[in-house]
Amino acid sequence: MKLTVDHLHVTLDHNVILRDVSLQVRKGDIVGLVGPNGSGKSTLLRTVYRSLRPADGVVRVGGDDVWELSPRAAARRTAAVLQDTGGNTTGLTVTEIVALGRAPHHGLLGRDGPQDHDAISEAIDRCGVRPFAGRDYASLSGGERQRVLLARALAQEPQLLVLDELTNHLDIRARFELLDLIRATGVTTLAVLHDLDLAARLCDHLVILNDGAVAAAGPVLEVLTPDLLADVFGVHATTERHADGVIRITYAARPITGGGRPAPAGDSTKKDEARLARTTEH
Amino acid sequence: MITAISIGAVTIPVADVWTIVAHHITGQGATDDPALDQIVWNFRTPRVLLAALAGAGLAVAGAVLQTLVTNPLADPTVLGFSYGASFGAVLVITLGGIGIGGVGVAGAAFLGALATGAVVFALGRRRGRLAPTRLVLAGVAVGYVLLSATSFVQLWATPTELRTVMFWMLGSVAGAQWNQLPVVATIVLTCTALLGLFGRQLNAVLAGDESATALGVDVNRLRAVLLVITALLTGSVIAVAGGIGFVGLMIPHLVRLTVGADHRRLLPLTALLGAVYLVLVDLLSRTLIRPNELPLGILTALLGAPFFLWLLRRNKGLD
Repeated sequence: MKLTVDHLHVTLDHNVILRDVSLQVRKGDIVGLVGPNGSGKSTLLRTVYRSLRPADGVVRVGGDDVWELSPRAAARRTAAVLQDTGGNTTGLTVTEIVALGRAPHHGLLGRDGPQDHDAISEAIDRCGVRPFAGRDYASLSGGERQRVLLARALAQEPQLLVLDELTNHLDIRARFELLDLIRATGVTTLAVLHDLDLAARLCDHLVILNDGAVAAAGPVLEVLTPDLLADVFGVHATTERHADGVIRITYAARPITGGGRPAPAGDSTKKDEARLARTTEH
Repeated sequence: MITAISIGAVTIPVADVWTIVAHHITGQGATDDPALDQIVWNFRTPRVLLAALAGAGLAVAGAVLQTLVTNPLADPTVLGFSYGASFGAVLVITLGGIGIGGVGVAGAAFLGALATGAVVFALGRRRGRLAPTRLVLAGVAVGYVLLSATSFVQLWATPTELRTVMFWMLGSVAGAQWNQLPVVATIVLTCTALLGLFGRQLNAVLAGDESATALGVDVNRLRAVLLVITALLTGSVIAVAGGIGFVGLMIPHLVRLTVGADHRRLLPLTALLGAVYLVLVDLLSRTLIRPNELPLGILTALLGAPFFLWLLRRNKGLD
């Protein structure tokens, strides 16, 4: 399902977090959302999965404004895997976690039917979590957990996947396996990724956010130019497609001092981060 | 339950209890001993029923609150509801019902719990959202204020009143009467059934607020609605049974440790175990030092805590 973000403005505690952000994810595409810490990536995702109401602008999933949909209707279209540290999953098994994905398909009186069991079972198989389906979620490794959360999102039977740093803290093999899994789902995806190399591997297009605004958007090679990497990320680097078809980034030994990334921007980034931390903590 | 009714200061054979209870329900086969009938039907039966209702209500309220504020230590006491009820009750016990427009102890306790719920609710809001940590801290702070106020009021109490206050604060179902049961039963059963409907949404909250939102749960509204229901539930229980502690904290954890955290299993089993547990504790409270009685609050923790600690040691999934 197509995602359209149109002239989005987000303000939190009178601070502007996103200014005039517009982007599109075409049906079936995987789009990476990258940018320095505090550039507004997670905030943008929150507006997509209907957690944060923008001050101005519209987020449309499948053509409809997400705030015109009920929370459940929106969740039947969009599933999200987030860096959510607020909960407490002690005592839930892997299957029970995956089954949470069926929540938007039921009202208060709804009970799981055959359709739900099929969706749960299929998601478990697709993400390869069958071997530990009966285990306590808390007892899993980081890589296993992320696959379970992806299975939960797939059990939602979404038309759009929103992923926030899915590969964080994982070893390299687990990262690559997750990228393959995401590709194999075939679902339209908007993914926040910190690692530019992984973003280049996974995504068809990239959207670069810097200080709450879109700095560049388009196919990976067209976007990750030396100038942009210097301006936005403060590093000297080159991007090229290698003989095996993979796009790789080669970084210079040291970050740019002085010129590349002006000091005031760095400061405001720090502040943004602190502010984001406060506002997401409640 | 029938066994619990048969044992007490006077032990009555289980068969006789059956006959008496059956007589009152079906109207057939009366016993020839009016004293026995009196004990069984007018004292013990309402008492055991109240213990079951109170246990179920407090335990379910605790289970829901622990999830709502993502805090394993949450229960009606931590959120201040119990202290609000105590303050209301103590006020009426020491000052007499006249000053507060003739509200009885139970009514004052109920209003106290609800008023506290409203205050905690208001303090827990920030920019229109109910924040879990804020709620807990507001509950604890308000609880301390009410506790001081309760102690202050007690300075004017006579020794007899003090004894009543103490017994009330530790909880007891000894005062159970038929005429108050229908109200309590209606509130407890309705609230428990309502809370049971939210099992799936409560499960989603376990994944964290943002994830629950992405799963289609309006977390803020869920928190508001369930806080009101739990305040109502605990208020009505405490109003008639006093400040029975520990049940709301421990029973949910006991059930979680045995059957897991899925609320669709957790809530009904918590209600059941809470009911059974409080019936047993009440049984002990009136038999241990026969013919005198112990307050429930002394026994709930004394019996439950060691078993709970044993279960905690056995469970490895909590680290």
